[in-house]
Amino acid sequence: MYSVSKYIHIENGIIFENGKQIVDSNTTDFSEFIKQVYRNFEHIYPKFYKMDDLCKLAYIASELVLKDETEKDIALLFSNNEGSLDTDNKHQQSIQNSNAYFPSPAVFVYTLPNIAIGEVSIRHQLKSESAFFIASEYQTDYMHKYTEHLLRTNKAKKVLCGWVHCLNGAYKACFYLVETNGILEHNNQNIKQITK
Amino acid sequence: MAVYIHSSNCISPLGFTTKDNFQALLSGRSAIEKIFINDAIGTIYAGTINNQLFDAHFQSIDTHFNGSQIEKLLIAALYSVIKEHPVKPDSVLIFSTTKGNISALAANQLNDAFIPKTIHNINTYFGFKTEPVVISNACVSGVMALSIAKRLIESGAFSNAFVVAADELTPFVISGFQSFQAMSNEVCKPYDKNRNGINLGEAAAAVYVSDTFSANAITIAGEANINDANHISGPSRTGEGLVLSIEKALKEAQKTTTDIDYISAHGTATLYNDEMEAIAFNRMQLQNVPLNSLKAYYGHTLGASGLLESIVAIESLKTNTLVPSLGFKEQGTSQSINIITKQEQKLLKTILKTASGFGGSNSAIVLTKNK
Repeated sequence: MYSVSKYIHIENGIIFENGKQIVDSNTTDFSEFIKQVYRNFEHIYPKFYKMDDLCKLAYIASELVLKDETEKDIALLFSNNEGSLDTDNKHQQSIQNSNAYFPSPAVFVYTLPNIAIGEVSIRHQLKSESAFFIASEYQTDYMHKYTEHLLRTNKAKKVLCGWVHCLNGAYKACFYLVETNGILEHNNQNIKQITK
Repeated sequence: MAVYIHSSNCISPLGFTTKDNFQALLSGRSAIEKIFINDAIGTIYAGTINNQLFDAHFQSIDTHFNGSQIEKLLIAALYSVIKEHPVKPDSVLIFSTTKGNISALAANQLNDAFIPKTIHNINTYFGFKTEPVVISNACVSGVMALSIAKRLIESGAFSNAFVVAADELTPFVISGFQSFQAMSNEVCKPYDKNRNGINLGEAAAAVYVSDTFSANAITIAGEANINDANHISGPSRTGEGLVLSIEKALKEAQKTTTDIDYISAHGTATLYNDEMEAIAFNRMQLQNVPLNSLKAYYGHTLGASGLLESIVAIESLKTNTLVPSLGFKEQGTSQSINIITKQEQKLLKTILKTASGFGGSNSAIVLTKNK
């Protein structure tokens, strides 16, 4: 039996931690909101400003879950519906017109969704298992089984699962940490509630 | 519980079956040629599937289907595998890709660029009853998809999986790698002293994986996917993530480095990647094991590469044949590794496939044969 030890929900300028509201920003605009949240953290991490929006959101959600965490063998399983389309659009705009052709490596590197895993791994020094899954909605069933398999086979001590959506100004993150002890049973019903 | 790889198929510029692909490699053919892309990009060296030949091949599968090119590649890759192993109610489709149908963006068709849309079409086409699983994890996606197929089967989520991997050669990806100044201006030279970057390519590949033993099947004996936690676009200088991935894959397979008969490595022919791999293989005492990269044959096929190269490695394993690492002449890494320079017969029992990519990702998989 495994448990969810902490869960975070971010949407419309509001953050919930374990179901309790902890941030109600005066803005729902993503870039304003995410900067406000970042500035309230004690941890200074200049790389944050270089990240694309998907990575910024994954960074903030992971930070909220992992800020007091000491375990390093934490698998990261992130997923969404759009991959990196938010930044893909930006890269496409830079090459759409041969008269205004200016592809940039600083943009292109973020045209892979698993860069968000890379950013969180670097920040928390997690040399661990990870994978980026894409699905039209959060896949409770196989994510539940896959997570428990990683824990049971000792491929990870804890697993951070996250839905991280960022496209054309809309955003939502639902992250939860799975381990031996926690506050909710790690089952399909609870995962559905957390990722709703 | 053991998990096995059964039949496979490859759609690439070098052929539309696994057999044709392997034969092409044995005859030393490379898909890399000089091709004109558009005015902004110009002419590059890359591997591209001949449209006329592929369309003719696709007509032999389906004369009515008129979906996107990537859907056709996926159907073509899966068709013969599914013919041999019909889809069951608990079969799952696992898709490895970096960019899916990204060319839809250039045509302003944002909705068609969503990867779930592409794979749901394929899921329906072949009559799968379960939700597909998509892995998009940069250049390790193909190897990682095999690893995840194994784990999902072990976990009891499914008893069998069809793993399919594909990426197309698109201006989207070419322009990005050009902006990184990562592209070679000739056929790439993995691990060579004069290597100067990658060639891009395109391919689709498919395998059937299940928990059912067969003497002809290949066992996925161990696997791991460990992040470097070092840099988002460059490999770790110490090869840490790759070392940890190999260590964990070997441990799970209950093998030691001396059991590894051959390594199908990543070898993109960039300065940093190949150097990192040489360091990692030396740290693992694998420097004397015969090793190749297939990038000078196919180019880097991104999300397809890990699966395509695993399938080729399995053909090597089954036929006890070492395929030369095309493009290599002179040791070009600070620590030496044993690059295969001529085709050779060698008894192969246990092999290692590795991949590394953007986001600090690494994957390693140990494959063994059952007879």
